[in-house]
Amino acid sequence: MNAPFETARLHDCRDAFATTLEALAAENSDIVAVCNDSVGSSKLGGFKDRFPDRLVNVGIAEQNMVGVGAGLANGGKVPFVCAAAPFLTGRALEQIKADIAYSLANVKLVGISSGMAYGELGPTHHSIEDFAWIRALPNIPVIAPADRVETAAAVRWAAQHDGPCFLRLSRVGVPDLLPETFAFEPGKADLLNEGDDVTIIANGVLSHRALQASLILKKQGIAARVLNMSTVRPIDAGLIRQAAEETGAIVTCEEHTIFGGLGSAVAEVVVETRPVPMKFLGVPGIFAPTGSANFLLDEFGMSPDGIASAAADLVGKKHNRQ
Amino acid sequence: MTPQELRAIANHVRRRDLQAVYEAGAGHIGGELSVTDILTALYFQTMRIDPSAPMAPERDRLVLSKGHTALALYIVLSERGFIPKDEIATFLKPHSRLNGHPNRVKVPGVETNTGPLGHGLPVGVGMAKAAKLNGQNWRTFVITGDGEMQEGSNWEAIMSAAQFKLDNLTLIIDHNRLQQGARLAETNDLAPFAPKLAAFGWAVEEIDGHDMEAICEALAPHTVTPGKPKCIVANTNKGQGISFMSDNVAWHHKVPNQEQYNQAMAELEEAAR
Repeated sequence: MNAPFETARLHDCRDAFATTLEALAAENSDIVAVCNDSVGSSKLGGFKDRFPDRLVNVGIAEQNMVGVGAGLANGGKVPFVCAAAPFLTGRALEQIKADIAYSLANVKLVGISSGMAYGELGPTHHSIEDFAWIRALPNIPVIAPADRVETAAAVRWAAQHDGPCFLRLSRVGVPDLLPETFAFEPGKADLLNEGDDVTIIANGVLSHRALQASLILKKQGIAARVLNMSTVRPIDAGLIRQAAEETGAIVTCEEHTIFGGLGSAVAEVVVETRPVPMKFLGVPGIFAPTGSANFLLDEFGMSPDGIASAAADLVGKKHNRQ
Repeated sequence: MTPQELRAIANHVRRRDLQAVYEAGAGHIGGELSVTDILTALYFQTMRIDPSAPMAPERDRLVLSKGHTALALYIVLSERGFIPKDEIATFLKPHSRLNGHPNRVKVPGVETNTGPLGHGLPVGVGMAKAAKLNGQNWRTFVITGDGEMQEGSNWEAIMSAAQFKLDNLTLIIDHNRLQQGARLAETNDLAPFAPKLAAFGWAVEEIDGHDMEAICEALAPHTVTPGKPKCIVANTNKGQGISFMSDNVAWHHKVPNQEQYNQAMAELEEAAR
């Protein structure tokens, strides 16, 4: 697997997050970082060195961490609340609902090491429910950048956006996908590959695998459109509808349970606008077995070959219906 | 404002609360009556606030973490000029901005949305930390119920407030000894609160939460211990001011009938004389 990228340089998007946040903090003294003892895993060491007073470490206490973020925002600060995604979203979900979403607090929630990035540490440390949990709440854009360029762009957008958001970052290395000139716009998907036979929609660490799958499909004579749908809410309904109309079949790939995540969000648009056959790739409603993040993605059918195979099957189903 | 004037306002707030609960057919009258004197002292004596500029950056902040007693807050806000007095009549009505729990997005003077318990103190810690980072001297006040202190998130916040040396933060525990279903002592008896807060590094003061002079004195800036957050354990009565409601667990969110309403109003009017 990973053939086209075997020699490509892989990047940990946390580095782009940290570098961008530090640059923004140097320009805007109201930017603060809040964390739960996660200075290292959130890559906040550089921030701490440069702005020691503006790193608010509440210790291992996620409910307090999110509430403190809301209070800091009330006091005029621009807090980036950073923690491992499963604990940020799972442990503090009611604080995210009441203190952030309902209160419209200007807090940037940054879920680190999301999805199955913690691999072998097991399902307690996997964050494969966060799209569903957070997108069920009003007022919080849910964003899973695909590479370092999009990560940096999303962090810059978050800093100037007056309101809450949830950035879902990984620690799994990914190659560059988007040009350095890329401008992030929430709710807008990006076309990574043109095609009319089937559409593959992915985000986060899966977008590059989706693109690889399209290369495999091309050899089979299938032209797969690939959309990088980094914003899960608000979802890019226009491009989804267009994909349904023009390609007639949609495969979704997500590092998330298939219940309530990206695939569900896409399906909500498809069934209301232009119903077409779909295939949902993701974690199939189970706790994952032991394995690295990349192993588990392969295990759940999201190797480039697995995605290509699912897409080819769906093209067959589409033709059988016609 | 003199303590006598503050007591008169508090009595008026209680009467308006009783009437609103009676008319709306809902509310949390017991806990509203226990917190009324504290809210009155804060909004009419202690806090530096301007109803015409409810978002002024250096205003003092109040977080009513026991958000189910929102009606008492709405009435105090209306008496203080943040919202129209006649708007209290819309309490719980369809599309009223005065629902059962306060909403900062809709109601001027409300700082954060509360309702689920154990949320206000962490937010208060963040506010106080922001003031410190900004180099500003505005103060943050948080009111919790005593049963609410059973929520673990409060103790997370208590630890961090001490760690951050937030002497600009005051927690007022409305210690009325009753929670929704039973007495605190019969449920999960956290009392006495003072030694627990002191053990976590807070400066603690215990007062009669219905003694207006004592409340104002405990809230005064000169009573703050530099480097320590302050906790005021306010000993109160649920249903304070109405004989048959006072210290009676049945009146957490019960609504008086006509006869009870008349008697309660008569008692409050008598106290006003």
